[in-house]
Amino acid sequence: MSSFLSASIGKKFIMSVSGLFLVLFLAVHLVVNLLLIFDDSGELYNVAANFMSTNPLIRTIEPVLGLGFLVHILWSFILEYNNWKARPVKYNKKNKSATSSWASRNMLVLGGIILVFLVIHIINFYWIIRFNPHEMNSITIGGEHMEDSYTLVADLFKHSLVYNIFYILSAILLGFHLSHGFWSAFHTLGWNNENWMNRLQIIGKVYAVIIAVGFSVIPLYFFIKF
Amino acid sequence: MADKILKKLNIKVWRQNNAADKGRFETYTIDNISGGSSFLEMLDILNNKLILEDKDPIAFDHDCREGICGTCSLFINGRAHGPDEDITTCQLHMRKFKEGETITIEPWRAASFPVIKDLVVDRTAFEKILQAGGFISVRTGGVPDANSIPIPYEDVEESMDAASCIGCGACVAACKNSSAMLFVAAKVSHLGKLPQGRVEAKQRARSMVSKMDELGFGGCTNTRACEVECPKNISITHIARLNREYLTARLSE
Ligand code: HEM
Ligand code: SF4
Ligand code: FES
Repeated sequence: MSSFLSASIGKKFIMSVSGLFLVLFLAVHLVVNLLLIFDDSGELYNVAANFMSTNPLIRTIEPVLGLGFLVHILWSFILEYNNWKARPVKYNKKNKSATSSWASRNMLVLGGIILVFLVIHIINFYWIIRFNPHEMNSITIGGEHMEDSYTLVADLFKHSLVYNIFYILSAILLGFHLSHGFWSAFHTLGWNNENWMNRLQIIGKVYAVIIAVGFSVIPLYFFIKF
Repeated sequence: MADKILKKLNIKVWRQNNAADKGRFETYTIDNISGGSSFLEMLDILNNKLILEDKDPIAFDHDCREGICGTCSLFINGRAHGPDEDITTCQLHMRKFKEGETITIEPWRAASFPVIKDLVVDRTAFEKILQAGGFISVRTGGVPDANSIPIPYEDVEESMDAASCIGCGACVAACKNSSAMLFVAAKVSHLGKLPQGRVEAKQRARSMVSKMDELGFGGCTNTRACEVECPKNISITHIARLNREYLTARLSE
């Protein structure tokens, strides 16, 4: 098993499976977040957020998600270090854009920026909602007492231009990461051939655009409307 | 119409006396090169000039000079086999270059392809990968009747496409990770798509990949640079098949 995890294709297998897991997570995350802009009273979002933080199934998946991120990030560094070592003397003149896409060459850079965003994102929202370093406003919806996550999120989006710009930039870079990552993950698992190459690339691009645009409209909505 | 003459070219080329030497770039000028001559002929002319000047000629690999042996190499102006599609360096015409241009020539760069001298690199690593599994273990004997082993047309085509790999190493040279996946995938498809090779397909994928890793080639990140630079236009869908063969072999252990 250890030889599989350190083999070149084994490492890619780990990247692919963890990446696809994150792809699935992002889709759920986006659907929940879009509730923010479909109900200005915040009720819909609060109920959903409350469901996510109390449902036992979601609760058990949460550590798996953390592990997924950790594994994806850790293996990405191992993999890129190995690949970097494979060419000790670099070329003097390179024409890389003639042969490959920018995103495919910069997965680690894109991932690194996403990682920075992730840390800030966790401190801003997840930490506060889950571990209550300071008392959050609470609210009662349909007789159930819950934390007012909506106000926490909406306030940040309404008032901080810098945060919004960083948030949107990260969403776009995540889109680029996925524009290569999505089809690449299937290819790595061996699920590709002449027929599926184009299909996977198109589905991947559509997914990447939905993620980038979907996450970007939320801060824009709050900033412009309020 | 007569071929255009390039009156003057600057050739910036990697010079390295031996494997231990640090190496350096040197720039030479060369006059009156016909656009119809091949890149290697241009280097022959330059070498003639260097010999007449009592200088050491530039060492570069070549053999068939018709795009079938895979011996010629060279990273020209930032691209494996230079600025043309689906060709080897011996098939590259000088008409692809501009008057007065500086042409940068480097050897293949990869830990597994060490420089021997100037532009010549040691590609023994490819032979070692082949020895690890790039063959079919059949008992020799009489040639069987061709029609006794039916093979679907599509499989023959795919196998023959993969078999057109000439082992030049452009895929490794072009890959940002110096990965040999396209080369290995070509062998795995070429042999594994035929009934005789199918028997050992899983073992072959395992052995060749572990040899490739052991020799210090990088891993594939699907950038597709290899298939763009491959002179035989071998598709990365063969890499998907290699992944499939390798993963099913390993995960069913
Ligand atoms: C929500 C966040 C993320 C998602 C959805 C995601 C998704 C993916 C996917 C699907 C792949 C393709 C796997 C393959 O080619 O087999 C991938 C590759 C990669 N990811 Fe991520 N990723 C995320 C975050 C990150 C982070 C934080 C880093 C690093 C700090 C990172 C670094 C990489 C690298 C270096 C690759 C390249 C592997 C390759 O091209 O072979 N990713 N990612
Ligand atoms: S796969 Fe293409 S580029 Fe790689 S060695 Fe074979 S012919 Fe050369
Ligand atoms: S010299 Fe044989 S392929 Fe170029």
